[in-house]
Amino acid sequence: MLNRVYRLVAPRTVEPVETHVEIAADSVVVRPTHLSICNADQRYYQGRRAASVMAQKLPMALIHEGIGEVVYDASGKFKPGQRVVMVPNAPVETDPYIAENYLRSSRFCGSGFDGFMQELCVLPPERVLPLPEGLDSNVAAFTELVSVIVHAVSRFEATAHDWRETIGVWGDGNVGYLISLILRAEYPNARIVVVGRNNYKLADFTFANETYLSSDLPAGLLIDHAFECCGGEGSAHAIQQIIDVIRPEGTIALLGVTENPVPIDTRMALEKGLRLIGSSRSGRVDFERTLALYGQHPAIPKYLESLVSCVVSVGEVRDITAAFEADARKPMGKTIMEWNV
Amino acid sequence: MSNVFAAVLAGGMGTRMGNPDKPKQFWDLAGKPVIVHTVEKFCLVSDFAKVIVPVPETWVNQTRDVMARYLPAFTGKIDVIAGGEDRNGSIMNAIAHIEQLGALDDDTLIVTHDAVRPFVSYRIIKENIEAARSTGACDTVIPATDTIVHSVDGQVIASIPPRAEHYQGQTPQSFNALMLRELFEALPEGERAVLTDACGICVKAGRPVALVTGDVANMKLTYTADMRIARAMMEDGEADA
Repeated sequence: MLNRVYRLVAPRTVEPVETHVEIAADSVVVRPTHLSICNADQRYYQGRRAASVMAQKLPMALIHEGIGEVVYDASGKFKPGQRVVMVPNAPVETDPYIAENYLRSSRFCGSGFDGFMQELCVLPPERVLPLPEGLDSNVAAFTELVSVIVHAVSRFEATAHDWRETIGVWGDGNVGYLISLILRAEYPNARIVVVGRNNYKLADFTFANETYLSSDLPAGLLIDHAFECCGGEGSAHAIQQIIDVIRPEGTIALLGVTENPVPIDTRMALEKGLRLIGSSRSGRVDFERTLALYGQHPAIPKYLESLVSCVVSVGEVRDITAAFEADARKPMGKTIMEWNV
Repeated sequence: MSNVFAAVLAGGMGTRMGNPDKPKQFWDLAGKPVIVHTVEKFCLVSDFAKVIVPVPETWVNQTRDVMARYLPAFTGKIDVIAGGEDRNGSIMNAIAHIEQLGALDDDTLIVTHDAVRPFVSYRIIKENIEAARSTGACDTVIPATDTIVHSVDGQVIASIPPRAEHYQGQTPQSFNALMLRELFEALPEGERAVLTDACGICVKAGRPVALVTGDVANMKLTYTADMRIARAMMEDGEADA
């Protein structure tokens, strides 16, 4: 099949290229309809990754959050026209201890391999999940992001001790919002405390029990466990604050991506016997739990609709650029591309 | 059976290509004949009940062989038939074939496309179906980039029409099948030979023909040099795979 792929060839420069893809005997061919821009895409688009990384990964089609419609399914599992979410992680092996998203051999669309900015995406059937009817397409577009959050919550559940009365979330961006929202749904009786840097963002965490500016933490605040969702330059300060206020034997889930190494107060981490767990990306099982959560808690996708900050209709290459530029300007939320190229 | 059909027009002996014996739709691109890529894209659009491929009678068997070899998953969807004397004749044969299948009714749509435009996109095909359904006929066009010069005698300029009002025609061209056949059959013999463009037949009859936005990449492989451009449009190392 001839297939047009829209690749980033240099910062802020997207070019179409015709590729030839074989449709395997069990392939599913999906027409992308709604693609969601992630900060990781933005870092490539703006050329904020290290020059060596840019040189190694480009040219590459961006976007790993997206949904589409099945146009052809050789596996017979899907019907033409069926709305599906695409799983960007593609493992090539299984391991009894290492999850698919941590296997170094796994391929990830939009990081080293072409992402979803394509005319048609050819995927194995296990990388495609049907979407529930009625789920808003713009919300469904960033199911991958929510699955990353759900994955982090699952890891936390497998690691943290059972005393989960007060859970702290550091970060008032998309990831902090989503973690808080999922924790609220899964732990209705827990006290969810959100710490951020912007009052106008924290005001939207209406489902949290308490929100605080990081510069103004109340004296005596104690938490059982914490999620660090800041990343970047804010990581070090957030991790230090968490170590200061967390009870002994607590678990800190690290989700914020940093370009540079972060200093950590290991003396107190040791003295308190803390567990620090890294969490990144997600696998098929996390997508399944996410969609199940949407079914069990219809309020979650409703809350998520408020995260859709910008919807750009993309009919040609310059619309892609416009979408990324609009996304770069927004303080928070998700930019969705209605994919019609 | 759906009442939307594709007709991938593979007529013409392709004598303008380097090899005078081989129609240009059989030229190799990324390890497959050009026509295979074109037909495959139409097979992937689930709206189509059949993808009809009218070819010169002498090439019917070879074309069937080629489709069976490269597109085995779609053999039930592809019907290779003998084309007509010219382009419109091939379209009429395709409509007659739909009739034989018992699927020709007032709502039947036919999306016609040049076999030598393999870079047609999924969007263009879907928008053709929508436009033909709502308007009765449509043509795929791109805005004219060069200035259009109008001359009657080929010696001096008669006029230079405003470029913004002019487009270059590509394919697909899509129609309500029964309407197109009626208009074609109503044409006097002399005009049939002159009106080689099926959209032209509709326009002459005063029927609206909607515009679908094409794509520069949806180029027609006419000359040997076009194959070089097609290979250049492809990913490094893939064009000759």
